[in-house]
Amino acid sequence: MTTVMTRRADFPLLVRQPGLHYLDSAATAQKPAVVLDAEREFYETSYANPHRGAYALSARATECYHDARTGVARFFGLRDAACLIFTRGTTESLNLVATAWGMHNVRPGDEIVVTRLEHHANFVPWQQLALARGAAFRIVELTPDGRVDIDLLRHAVTPRTKVVAVAHVSNALGTITPLGEVAAIARSVGALVVVDGAQSAPHMAVDIEALDVDFYAFSGHKMGAPTGIGGLIGRREILEAMPPYQMGGDMIEVVGDERTSWNVLPHKFEAGTPNVGGAVALAAAVRYLTSIGMTEVRRHEQTLTAMAIERLGALPGVRLYGPDATRRSGVVSFTVDGIHAHDLATILDQEGVCVRAGHHCAQPLLRRLGVSATARASFFVYNDAADVDALVSGVRSAQTLFHGPRVVSPGTPARPATASR
Amino acid sequence: MTATHPAGSAALEALYQEQILAHYRHPHGKGTLAAADATVTTRNPLCGEEATVTVTLDRTGPDVRVRDIRFTSDGCSISQASASMMTDLARGRTATEIAALTDRFADLLRGDAAATHDETLGPLQAFATLSRVPARIPCALLAWKALADALRPQ
Repeated sequence: MTTVMTRRADFPLLVRQPGLHYLDSAATAQKPAVVLDAEREFYETSYANPHRGAYALSARATECYHDARTGVARFFGLRDAACLIFTRGTTESLNLVATAWGMHNVRPGDEIVVTRLEHHANFVPWQQLALARGAAFRIVELTPDGRVDIDLLRHAVTPRTKVVAVAHVSNALGTITPLGEVAAIARSVGALVVVDGAQSAPHMAVDIEALDVDFYAFSGHKMGAPTGIGGLIGRREILEAMPPYQMGGDMIEVVGDERTSWNVLPHKFEAGTPNVGGAVALAAAVRYLTSIGMTEVRRHEQTLTAMAIERLGALPGVRLYGPDATRRSGVVSFTVDGIHAHDLATILDQEGVCVRAGHHCAQPLLRRLGVSATARASFFVYNDAADVDALVSGVRSAQTLFHGPRVVSPGTPARPATASR
Repeated sequence: MTATHPAGSAALEALYQEQILAHYRHPHGKGTLAAADATVTTRNPLCGEEATVTVTLDRTGPDVRVRDIRFTSDGCSISQASASMMTDLARGRTATEIAALTDRFADLLRGDAAATHDETLGPLQAFATLSRVPARIPCALLAWKALADALRPQ
């Protein structure tokens, strides 16, 4: 029926659970064996505290950490690897910028601009910064198909705007934001552009130099790396001017009784013993993605997304949210008339299909869509047409259970939402 | 990729018993009491689902008694059906009786074997299989938490 290739065999959890249809990669991705092997290999051969010991093993751990940074920087096309700060993930990266940059650069009367698409991690830190600094907090609304309305953004940004914070890809709808247009508007008033890249880094080629943004945050666990490792890429001059985010070991140069001076980039923002094993595993994850090719990753997911949109859209009573497959990543958010998203997720789970149900940490967006919850299926490199088949079949089972078999017979015209037979 | 998941449609039907779906489609006690003595909203922070319970109370006896009760919710079938049955069971009962019933219901949801034979739970027995889906237990208890708050001594 289809020639979509599967890489399921690369993922031990999916090999062990052949009946599982994992469609929640926007929340977190399964791990390829090469990542698990790389992490284990590091701990078995090269583990010690980096930057500290005057012995060969520590030097080896330091080298592994450095190489991991270089490898991840190369994945994003970043020439100056010291401008990649390892963090726990996107949330910590964005909080780092909102706190260390924001508290020192945003003043009463300034403006902070976000969009209606944002995940709470790129919304709440800015909202709270605005409250703390007496700045205005502006939310740019969306077009009817769930894209950032660039005309509204142009009107929202003024000479008082200090920062524009935007998701590269919406976690709830999959919408891809045209960052070039956003950056041009922000540049025209000298505002910084802070990008939540959690949903773009795993799913499309990201060339950070070409994007021309000031900060880009991402999470390793959505890219096939373990939890607890991610990064923040920033412009050198901005990072150098910023005060540290957390204080402790590694991030200092000289600690006096009265004053302390800071270490150079990237260490200034990496207080404490770093997650070296995580960084090594993240480097393995980007090598894995590179071996497939990010253009192929995107093509593969786009094929599955278009397939899911077409087949779910053909079912009566199914409502799809977000733009067409060419303008979204591998995320399909939908509701089914008369069936709450949580019931849908439970029923799908009974058939081995894992989807997220709820507000997807994007309550401001769901309020605007007028729904309290949607079901969300999201794709990654290991998914294939059989996963789409299982999803569609699970939705039909739910409709049979809730409405009786009448609704799901082929060719039945769409009917209005109803909770009764 | 051809192996089927262990659970099938039989498991689904066991989970979504006809009584649960019937209460979801035609809920009892749905609405708001105009002259309520207490109004409490509870929220499941994981999913954002809300349930609001309003009650009128009879405080003339030694123990406060529910005179009438309504609920509103935009939640799933589990939370709405549970709230619907709750309004039937709570009307006319004292706070002590309702607290005991709530505890027994929680036992049932945890998979307590004795609770599955407890006739005092009445229609709530339809939720017995929910113990196999722990992620959904907070849905079943959402409105009951609101009622417990509404009956808390002032």
